[in-house]
Amino acid sequence: MQPETLISLTPFDLALAAGLVLAVAALSWRLRLDIGRRMLIASLRSTLQLLLLGLVLKTLFHSSHPGLVAALATLMLGVAGYEVMARQKHPLRGFWGFGTGTVSMFLSSFSITLLALLTVLQPTPWYTPQYAIPLLGMLLGNTMTGIAVALDNLTRQTVDKRQQIEARLALGQTAADAIGDIRRDALRAGLIPIVNSMATAGIVSLPGMMTGQILAGSPPMEAAKYQLLILFLIAAGTGFGSVVAVMVASHRLFDVRARLRRDRLRN
Amino acid sequence: MSRLRVEKLYRSGVQHASLDIDHAACVALHGPSGSGKTLLLRAIADLDEADGEVWLDDRPRSVFSGPDWRRHVVYVAADSQWWHETVREHAVDWRLDDLSALGFAAEVLDWEVQRLSSGERQRLSIARALAHAPSALLLDEPTANLDATNTTRVERLLVDWRAASGGCVLWVSHDPAQRTRVASVQYRVRDGVVERDHAT
Repeated sequence: MQPETLISLTPFDLALAAGLVLAVAALSWRLRLDIGRRMLIASLRSTLQLLLLGLVLKTLFHSSHPGLVAALATLMLGVAGYEVMARQKHPLRGFWGFGTGTVSMFLSSFSITLLALLTVLQPTPWYTPQYAIPLLGMLLGNTMTGIAVALDNLTRQTVDKRQQIEARLALGQTAADAIGDIRRDALRAGLIPIVNSMATAGIVSLPGMMTGQILAGSPPMEAAKYQLLILFLIAAGTGFGSVVAVMVASHRLFDVRARLRRDRLRN
Repeated sequence: MSRLRVEKLYRSGVQHASLDIDHAACVALHGPSGSGKTLLLRAIADLDEADGEVWLDDRPRSVFSGPDWRRHVVYVAADSQWWHETVREHAVDWRLDDLSALGFAAEVLDWEVQRLSSGERQRLSIARALAHAPSALLLDEPTANLDATNTTRVERLLVDWRAASGGCVLWVSHDPAQRTRVASVQYRVRDGVVERDHAT
């Protein structure tokens, strides 16, 4: 029953919405808020990126070649890994800066997407891009935020509280003890957004995916079930991903003699 | 009984430092600021990487794990750090005798760290180090923020601790009178070079 209720958007509809953004930019220029220019650039970027994604997905859905699916998935992971590094004030130096976030997202997002595809959704073939790519995108986008927040929190606090950590080491504490509080804080910070969005889902906010599905004509109960599935997968992905990332990074912050290695973080 | 021997310790800022602190002895270290005293202490405590060897009695540092070594050879920094809310949470076995020797009643353990003055924190950081039952203490200007009365308290406590435990002390001090009071041997650091002071 979905196709007949799907209201197709015309370029005019989008132009109307874009006009509103232009109006805000004009207001910003008038009030000298200095945000109009950046807002226009961001709007332009999202227009190009989403249209491009639409095109890529159209081709991909048409061919369904596993190699193409894998290539797009790898590209998405790489960009997310770069983004995690870029969002930290003091990322780890060298390959670790990119690798820690990327490997933990690979372990969590990829394996959970795979699990969902193989056991829950079960499309044939299992890598059918209509399912695999949006699912992976939702998971990567959310675990990326969680991991970036957790790692930024960990590395920033390590720099700020370096003297405390070393004072604890100086009394004979192990590395795990000396950084335990900071590690817990970082994990909590990374997980708070998904916990909050699960707690308020459906009451304060209508989650984006569910909104999209309803607008595209799905029955509300189906949309709710899909949204729940996604929320649980995201919570699991963010949880496992953040734990792996924080464990790997905090391990890297100390050497074999359990000395704090501030020099392994960028300034 | 613990003897600490530093053998050709080398790192950026410290040139092949060697020194020997006998059982229950105290050695004083002095030199202009920036000469490498703190770097030397941190290297001995294995908080920073360094070449060379350090011995505790007849055991080289390399047979200890990092945390094990630092449990024996405790570095007390010039500005003390506190990370829990109350004083008590910073050690398991506080020694009430040490606290009273430093002029504190037992209630001090329930005080909030935030409310302590810098001098109180400094004295308590020495009690905290002793509460961890070290074999050797590396003290970085332990009385820098203290008045005469409290300086005497710290000096006395450490004399008593050395006699009772046989532990040894390396004491950085800018005060020549204090150095002669507390230490039998003095070393001078200049541009990272550590030399025994033959005036003493």
